Amino acid sequence: MEYELIVVGGGPAGLSGALKAAQNGVRVAVIDRQEELGGQLVKQTHKFFGWSRRNAGVRGIEIGRRLRDAVLAEPRITVFTGTEALGYYPDNSLLIESPSGVSRITGKTFLFATGAQERMLLFPGNDLPGVYGAGAVQTLMNVYGVRPGRSVLMVGSGNIGLIVSYQLRQAGVMVRAIVEALPQIGGYAVHASKVRRLGIPILTRHSIKEAHGREYVEGATIWELDDKFRGIPGTEKDIDVDVICLATGLTPLGDLLWQAGVSMTYVPELGGFVPIYDGNMETERSGIFVAGDAAGIEEASTAMLCGEIAGLAVAAKLGKIPRHRFEEERNVLAQELSALRSGPLSSKVRTGYERIKALVQGRRG
Amino acid sequence: MKSLYGDLPEKDSLLSSGIPSVQDLDGVLPPAEARKKGPVAVLECFQKIPCDPCGQACKFGAIKEFSDVNDLPVIDWMRCTGCGQCVAACPGLAIFVVDETYSPEECLIAMPHEFVPLPERDQVVLLYDRAGRHVGEGAVHRVVRGKDKLATPVVWVRAPKALAYVARALGLPESQGRSGN
Repeated sequence: MEYELIVVGGGPAGLSGALKAAQNGVRVAVIDRQEELGGQLVKQTHKFFGWSRRNAGVRGIEIGRRLRDAVLAEPRITVFTGTEALGYYPDNSLLIESPSGVSRITGKTFLFATGAQERMLLFPGNDLPGVYGAGAVQTLMNVYGVRPGRSVLMVGSGNIGLIVSYQLRQAGVMVRAIVEALPQIGGYAVHASKVRRLGIPILTRHSIKEAHGREYVEGATIWELDDKFRGIPGTEKDIDVDVICLATGLTPLGDLLWQAGVSMTYVPELGGFVPIYDGNMETERSGIFVAGDAAGIEEASTAMLCGEIAGLAVAAKLGKIPRHRFEEERNVLAQELSALRSGPLSSKVRTGYERIKALVQGRRG
Repeated sequence: MKSLYGDLPEKDSLLSSGIPSVQDLDGVLPPAEARKKGPVAVLECFQKIPCDPCGQACKFGAIKEFSDVNDLPVIDWMRCTGCGQCVAACPGLAIFVVDETYSPEECLIAMPHEFVPLPERDQVVLLYDRAGRHVGEGAVHRVVRGKDKLATPVVWVRAPKALAYVARALGLPESQGRSGN
């Protein structure tokens, strides 16, 4: 079966791209390894920021439901859930594995919206059961309705660490502390204030020293860090927890992009190795587009906009829409994107995207 | 430092602890004339992030529409009726309504509250300050649940007047949601 666009990853970026392309006449296949479309949105119970006209104030789970319903109602989109993309081949085909077996599908263009994976942290005892990534804790609680334990140490005060701490409390689980290695809280102040007034201490310049327990986590030792992020002996504190939740950042999931031979570059501000792509989200391999965390760690509002830009660019590339209409609509989306990124808290990602832009211009010039 | 807001740091505490400082809160305190006229919204929003639902939620034009989505909200307190729409709308749960005219001894505080079970009318609740310290008791005046089940409920609490700018969270006595912290 040949499709005009194959989207790998049914999260906010992939679904937004699939919809935008299909609405402009492109025949699309969406592949996702989960049974349900939506990516991380299916467990995000907090209300989104951004513009009211674009889902601000709406909870992630609801945004995911709206995207999923729209995709399933779109006749030009074929959805393959429970299906994993195993590899990309130079004849523009993709090896996929679904419950019914392994097969190949061919696409004129591709959108890799494969998301991110969580970063691990090194400390003694980090292999004990009870040490979780924040994504797993969120899945257990918000998708399956299972409490991960009774008492938690959260490591990392980015938005994920803060939001998951809040959700743990909503589920009736104690959060003993949130430790943050940096001198400042990483996430939004409103999220921090929200968990602080529930009585959860946020300890900056602190980290986990070690986890205790014979067969599973029975406690943890935290300590203060000096300016070089080394633990200060004598500042250790033992805390009574059975869960250690790591919210220590994400790194783009680029395996398929590497394998497809897309040029990659290391951009620390975007979380690690990312593909090099232009303002239309197209990589240096013509016809291969990227969006979402795979293109740089950010958040779902910007991921959805990048997905839309990619979907629109695919439609233009395939000749489905006239150039001037594409440019007009693309510029509106690009302006929204740069407005979302224009605040003081986005300075890091702005630096990252400037690096990519400079690389693209350098190669063209 | 003892202040109108209780025992809070004087400044520079927000980004290192999550606790707004006296300086932060002084910057968003409604003027005396607004506090004397009735219920009024207090926007405890101190950091420029891309977010605008409060401006959209206000039916009275008190919270100005955003020209840049990253702006901090600007409120015209004399137009604010204290209706509480913005409390439920704020994605950051950073808006409260305070009515210091409720009675000679008591004030009303409207707080976003996303915990179940929701308290019942007239139920006694425990009140906490911005650092999560227990600061007193209040009684539930009313609970506004919102249109759908995903909306943020707003709980209006009668509290001692001295807590009008101190209490910013509530819990049920012996609630499972609060045990341990």
